[in-house]
Amino acid sequence: MNTSSSSRLALRLLAAAAGLVAWWLLYRNLAALARWLTYSLAGLIHGTALGAAVEFFAYEAPKVLLLLVLVVFGVGVIRTFFTPDRTRRLLAGRRESAGNVLAALLGVVTPFCSCSAVPLFIGFVTAGVPLGVTFSFLISAPMVNEVALVLLFGLFGWKVAMLYLGTGLAVAIVAGWTLGRLRLEKHVEPWVYETGGSDGAGGSAGGLPWNERLRAGFTAVREIVGRVWPFVLIGIAVGAGIHGYVPENFMASIMGREAWWSVPLAVLIGVPMYSNAAGIIPVVQALLGKGAALGTVLAFMMSVIGLSLPEAIILRQVLKPRLIATFFGVVASGILLVGYLFNLVF
Amino acid sequence: MKKLQILGTGCAKCQKLAAVADEAARALGLPYELTKVTDLKQIMSFKVMSTPALVVDGQVKLSGRVPTVEEAKQLLG
Repeated sequence: MNTSSSSRLALRLLAAAAGLVAWWLLYRNLAALARWLTYSLAGLIHGTALGAAVEFFAYEAPKVLLLLVLVVFGVGVIRTFFTPDRTRRLLAGRRESAGNVLAALLGVVTPFCSCSAVPLFIGFVTAGVPLGVTFSFLISAPMVNEVALVLLFGLFGWKVAMLYLGTGLAVAIVAGWTLGRLRLEKHVEPWVYETGGSDGAGGSAGGLPWNERLRAGFTAVREIVGRVWPFVLIGIAVGAGIHGYVPENFMASIMGREAWWSVPLAVLIGVPMYSNAAGIIPVVQALLGKGAALGTVLAFMMSVIGLSLPEAIILRQVLKPRLIATFFGVVASGILLVGYLFNLVF
Repeated sequence: MKKLQILGTGCAKCQKLAAVADEAARALGLPYELTKVTDLKQIMSFKVMSTPALVVDGQVKLSGRVPTVEEAKQLLG
């Protein structure tokens, strides 16, 4: 390592450490800060709807953003260890079932952007990753992501976040396994197999120096947090409004657990919708706070971020319509099951 | 004449990679020609698995991420 790159590493480490200390101080004092802002600085009165709404926003918005910055940075660094090429090597030739589990897990940590879903799909299947295992990856990668988990943790606590992680993985594993059993290989567009596949050219990130890994973390924060923060603020503002003004149990009759049709309806509405986790979760939180059932809300969320029309259009290039329909059908059924299960248990 | 190709179906990162490659090539003062490859079959013919990717004179130099201008300069040089 030459001097310029080692001094750059020292600088990045220093920036990361300073950031961490500032982060911790701010995070610990958020509740007091929010109260002070609301009742002393803005002069609002305790116990009023407006006061409750403003305090909610002044506390939740910075809290979620702080968590987001920290986790996105961490995941950004972790992702430099998991290139798509490496993931494929781990999955190639793997038997189903064990392969499905591994694929779903790797889907969480491998960098993935829906715009490169197709090259990735081709790369996987031509390298001998079974179709069902590939699907497990393609289901879990967008659905179980760090932004969704942070928002769930920040707004509902760790239990709901873990539940989402667990059930999201379960849907990816079971749906992928089911799709593998259905023997749908003939419904993949034939040209896919004619490309001769890919060798992961140019994707070497195995020997990246730490300097670059930290840079990737900072870049991830800039890109991801830079993209989602307006959604987070709008979402929490909507949440704050509902928090202060909409009566308790308002949603119970529409999205409550007694309404059996609420889960399929939530999935039906959710699938064509396209939003990132950041945009949808704060709204979901508000629904939940007002009496909507947890299972219904989780099903809604999974179908919004896990399945979408743009995704179907992108995948249409490599999958015949019947396979796309089966794919969506199987995943939607899985989500439906999760929704009912949660409404039953909680 | 360097032949630079940007592989990608037109996502935001592909545009950024094109801009970075352009800037790096100009900074190096090379004669170059930059084209964007958006057709999937053509993209796959380069055997990449994640986009965007940077191809220099037919060789894949980088895929799946956007480099800094400094790094891009090294890849082009």
